Amino acid sequence: MTSRRWAMPALLALVVVLAILSVAVGRVTLTWDMWKAQDPVSRAILIELRLPRAILGVLVGASLGLAGAAMQGYLRNALAEPGTLGVSAMAALGAVLSIFFNIAGLHPWVLPICGVIGGMTGMAALFALSGMTASVLSLVLSGIILSALAVAGISLALSLSPSPWAATEIVRWMLGGLTDRSFDELTIATPLIVVGCIAVLGCRRSLDALTLGETGARSLGIDLNRAQWQLALGIGLIVGGSTAVTGMIGFVGLIVPHLMRPLVGSRPGALLVPSAIAGAALVLAGDIVVRLLPGGSELQLGVVMSLVGAPFFFVLLHSMRRKLT
Amino acid sequence: MTRPASNLKISGLQFRRGTRVVLDAIDLHLQSGAVTAVLGPNGAGKSTLLSCIAGLLRPERGSIELDGTSLHSLAAMQRARRIAFLPQTPEIAWSIDVQTLVGLGRIPFHGLSSDEEDRTAVTRAMIRTEVAQWADRTVTTLSGGERARVLLARVLAGESDWILADEPFTGLDPSHQFEAAELLRAVVDQGGGVVLTIHDLTLAARIADRVIIIDDGRIVADGTPQDALTPQILRDVYNIDAQWLDGANGTPPTIAIHGRATRS
Repeated sequence: MTSRRWAMPALLALVVVLAILSVAVGRVTLTWDMWKAQDPVSRAILIELRLPRAILGVLVGASLGLAGAAMQGYLRNALAEPGTLGVSAMAALGAVLSIFFNIAGLHPWVLPICGVIGGMTGMAALFALSGMTASVLSLVLSGIILSALAVAGISLALSLSPSPWAATEIVRWMLGGLTDRSFDELTIATPLIVVGCIAVLGCRRSLDALTLGETGARSLGIDLNRAQWQLALGIGLIVGGSTAVTGMIGFVGLIVPHLMRPLVGSRPGALLVPSAIAGAALVLAGDIVVRLLPGGSELQLGVVMSLVGAPFFFVLLHSMRRKLT
Repeated sequence: MTRPASNLKISGLQFRRGTRVVLDAIDLHLQSGAVTAVLGPNGAGKSTLLSCIAGLLRPERGSIELDGTSLHSLAAMQRARRIAFLPQTPEIAWSIDVQTLVGLGRIPFHGLSSDEEDRTAVTRAMIRTEVAQWADRTVTTLSGGERARVLLARVLAGESDWILADEPFTGLDPSHQFEAAELLRAVVDQGGGVVLTIHDLTLAARIADRVIIIDDGRIVADGTPQDALTPQILRDVYNIDAQWLDGANGTPPTIAIHGRATRS
């Protein structure tokens, strides 16, 4: 219990420190003196480049952490996450299709909305494929099916792409990153992600009740149908909104709840907010690492997350092996 | 603390799974302040009946009224505050601590009761089931019997008028069975109503005020344990030769099972 009390303030402090670092660190290191001197170049770097990037990092990280914790709670499965189960890929497919069919240019909102539709379709398909009482096996298999389908769709769009610009854009989505994001992207992603987070947080009690299984939850007065649609909508908005502006960033939702359980306990509802905060910290840290790595061009954030996430996933799977067989 | 009397009126209940009629023409009037045991062979429809009364399954025909109000006209949360349900194989998905698990029983009261009231109800339930000493222990570290007590505490924390328990004694050793039975008896003594399904005939004879025997979806006996658990009914329903033995000098009765009935 004592660890729970300091966990949240400590995490919040970590996010603040990482956000400050994220604003200061990069090809040009910004210092307090430069800011005080009102240097126009450093100001431009700060406001045009670093600030939107840091805010987007917090937003995307927090919402992906939240989405992962909520999915694990709903499916009562510690391996669930939008990325590993193909929901992110479906969102990316939605966004890619909007580029492919050349409708993304009609309005800045078209692409993110297509991403959201893709994400929500992914959630609905996942629920339909794996069923309510998802076993590890049926869940992982459903994830494989969805990912395969989405990746195939994206590859198809890529090989049939109408223009080189479209092909480049598509590749960018598949990698994911926070590079060169402006306040324009932020204004599009923020409302989608915030509404998604509110919808997911509204499922708190349903997720808690699901600890006792489907029957247990229903006997506690939970409307599981409603919870399912609310989650599909919320996670669809989060994954669609974040994928549309940053591309696919996987594993955040997988890693973060696992790190939080020892700190705040395993009750799914209590895990949501800490997972969001830790998700923000993880993505900010990953984005800082991306900038500090030597080399001519920056590594994409999605790549770094996968490099960290895939081994983590493996370790997790290994420790759960006894349950699987 | 005695609660006002409550009653459940089930009339003409029918429930089907596909084309199979699982429950048919069930008429029951259940009163709080009594332990009602529902018996019957596997697949007779006991669990289905309990799920219908808990509002988890919607019957095809017939009605279930809780104190004169149709059960299905109640909002799910409202229903959950009045009727608590302990499933047959309770699932605990995450390794949460005992106190948190018991606290899940307060979910239907969210927004209606203060944190203080919730805490008090949880503590009271843990004290009644004698699990308070494990409050901070993880449920996965408990033995089967201990976990059963904790799950019962979860149900008690809801302080509902009714507790429906689907085979609450399965998997418990005799001592824990009696312990669980005593806890349910305490609920009834305070004016609550308990309906449970059970396979152990002797245990049913000892703990129930009323025994209902279901066979093939229909009620075949309903009355005091001694009236319902007759050799003839047990032979018809279970195909066994069994006998009600009164305990000597006021000790509890036993149902002696001699073996499978030889059909004449």
